[in-house]
Amino acid sequence: MKVSGGANVATNGPASSGSASPSWASRAGPTNRRHVVVRAGTLALRFERRALIVGAVLMTAAAAVAAAALMIGDYPLTPAQALGSLFGFGDDPLARYFVQNQRAPRVVAAAAVGAALGMSGCVFQSISDNPLGSPDVIGFTTGAATGALAQIIVFDAGPAAISGGAVAGGFAAATAVYLLAWRRGLAGFRLVLVGVGVAALLQACNALLIVRASLTAAQTAAVWLAGSLNATTWTEASLVTVALAVLGPAALTLSRPLGTLMMGDDLAAGLGVRVERRRLELVAVGVALVCVAVAAAGPVAFVALAAPQLAKRLTRTAGTGMASAGSMGALLVLAADLVAQRIFAPTQLPVGVVTGSLGGVYLIWLLAREWRRNPA
Amino acid sequence: MTGQRLWRRRATGLAGAATALAVFSLASVAAGSNPIPLGEVWRLLFGPDGSFESIIVHEQRIPRTLLAVAVGAALGTAGALMQSLTRNPLADPGILGINAGASLAVVAAVAVFGVTSVWFYLWFAFAGAAFAAVAVYLLGGAGRRSPTPARLALAGIAISMAVAAIVETVILADQKAFNEFRFWAAGSVEGRGYPVLWAVAGFICLGLLMAAACGPALNAMALGEDTGRALGVHIGRTRVLVMFAVTLLAGAATAAAGPIGFIGLGVPYLARAICGPDARWVIPYTVLAAPVVLLAADVLARVVVAPQELQVGIMSAILGAPMFIAVVRRRRIEAL
Repeated sequence: MKVSGGANVATNGPASSGSASPSWASRAGPTNRRHVVVRAGTLALRFERRALIVGAVLMTAAAAVAAAALMIGDYPLTPAQALGSLFGFGDDPLARYFVQNQRAPRVVAAAAVGAALGMSGCVFQSISDNPLGSPDVIGFTTGAATGALAQIIVFDAGPAAISGGAVAGGFAAATAVYLLAWRRGLAGFRLVLVGVGVAALLQACNALLIVRASLTAAQTAAVWLAGSLNATTWTEASLVTVALAVLGPAALTLSRPLGTLMMGDDLAAGLGVRVERRRLELVAVGVALVCVAVAAAGPVAFVALAAPQLAKRLTRTAGTGMASAGSMGALLVLAADLVAQRIFAPTQLPVGVVTGSLGGVYLIWLLAREWRRNPA
Repeated sequence: MTGQRLWRRRATGLAGAATALAVFSLASVAAGSNPIPLGEVWRLLFGPDGSFESIIVHEQRIPRTLLAVAVGAALGTAGALMQSLTRNPLADPGILGINAGASLAVVAAVAVFGVTSVWFYLWFAFAGAAFAAVAVYLLGGAGRRSPTPARLALAGIAISMAVAAIVETVILADQKAFNEFRFWAAGSVEGRGYPVLWAVAGFICLGLLMAAACGPALNAMALGEDTGRALGVHIGRTRVLVMFAVTLLAGAATAAAGPIGFIGLGVPYLARAICGPDARWVIPYTVLAAPVVLLAADVLARVVVAPQELQVGIMSAILGAPMFIAVVRRRRIEAL
């Protein structure tokens, strides 16, 4: 967020002057403390104070984990050495090699993949109004994996074609799920259940592809399928970062109509949102985000599911919490990747295994709590 | 439909299912990566002569076929029982996470104790299945009232996904112990032989008998719990009995073949379309027809990628998942 020259940052609490906050805001009483309004010329953006703080904390934590990931490894470095090597000051060529070519791309890719997964999960959970409506449960991730596997095994393709295959597969799966679940409207639970069926089918197809593969192709596929950042180079890291730089702002812009859509289609239409069009745009951005993440790191399980839910509990927002979901996703993948690297060192686990087993336990707890509170 | 005609229709359907079972059993004995002519198979079936072909038929294909029949009957009946008890057409030991629970218990037991005898891990499979069944029921209903179909299915899916991720971690962390177990984890009836078959057959038979005994009570409960109670059914006892039978059936089937989904979903559904919702008929239909589906999946699994083989769990998902989607897409998932 940029606050340019002529802008003033006004906290529209009771202490701020009446002229800085609009009259409706000062009349709103106790809610005043909860928001921060940023003005830049004629543009005004209103943020929830708690969401801002949580987002800042999450990003700081993610940066801390990223710094730790640059230092920790079989060739341990001090913070000064790591920072120096990162910017090319250090006189230790080995340290420079490890940091610049091994650890930095991995950290960048982990953060970008996590952010993409978190935002994508936020989009679909909001659309389906169900925590289980996240792309890794309803088959989009599996579809992206099918596309990538087809490239690896059938066409013996290189990294670029594999990424293309993942994106194509994810979009095809999403289209299939969307069309099959559509029946005079999109009921959240039907979307989830149809998606689970499609996911089971695609999973079987993936297994079929692997059985048909040659041994080397099958090994490449198996490593890829577990969801791993172990061999990330700058190619993957820059691809996913560029994609995130395009798709992230799009998702953040769309999160406002998404918040209105969550109140129900009729109400959203009444408030001036073009329901079907916005929803299609959201689905397109969400699918693109998850496909990019899968193309870079393989299907990393459960981040898209857990990140938005965790972020929502921390921010206690009534809105979508898109930005905090993205930060939370980045933090989760960074931390999980560090654990996956070091827990059985020198053996490196795929990051998807760590996120999968932690996320699974979290999911059960989530459902138990949610449904005990409001048995609907 | 008059009683006479209904009875005739049900009996014809049952005879048809039995014929299909016989045909597919024969196909399962005849098909495989070693092509043996059908006439030769038929001759060897009744007169083993010690030749290579004879050993393949008698040592590999017949036990495999028998195990597929037992596992199919167990999974199908478990599905039929759960659908009747929860009055939910989406209930299936695979979808509701019971097979996943059993397989987690088996994998954990093997990882901790390092013993791979079926007599040993069978008990863990039962424990895991029972635990998962109770957990799904509590999660889906939060204990207070009978859970809706969609909600119970969601609870089960959540449990099986979580459990599958944990199983994956255990297997990846201890690759040596799980080299042979990897095929088990995908669901397969290949290479089990008679020891595994005999170990689970008794439990499956017991479960099938209990299922048959519960039929009348399930019929009465289909009208609602209050009506069932008024008709003299002991609700709590029936529920415990049925859950016990499901645990036996799903646990034994999973211990023998690994987690196989979707078998218990479609078959009771088709059975009800032919014979109506009477549980006393649905259960025998399922016992005969579910093995047909599993045998068909197993034969296909041997044929589509010949000379290699797929695990039958993969094939049953390819056959069963479209069925699941079709049921979900119905205008509303009506309670049974």
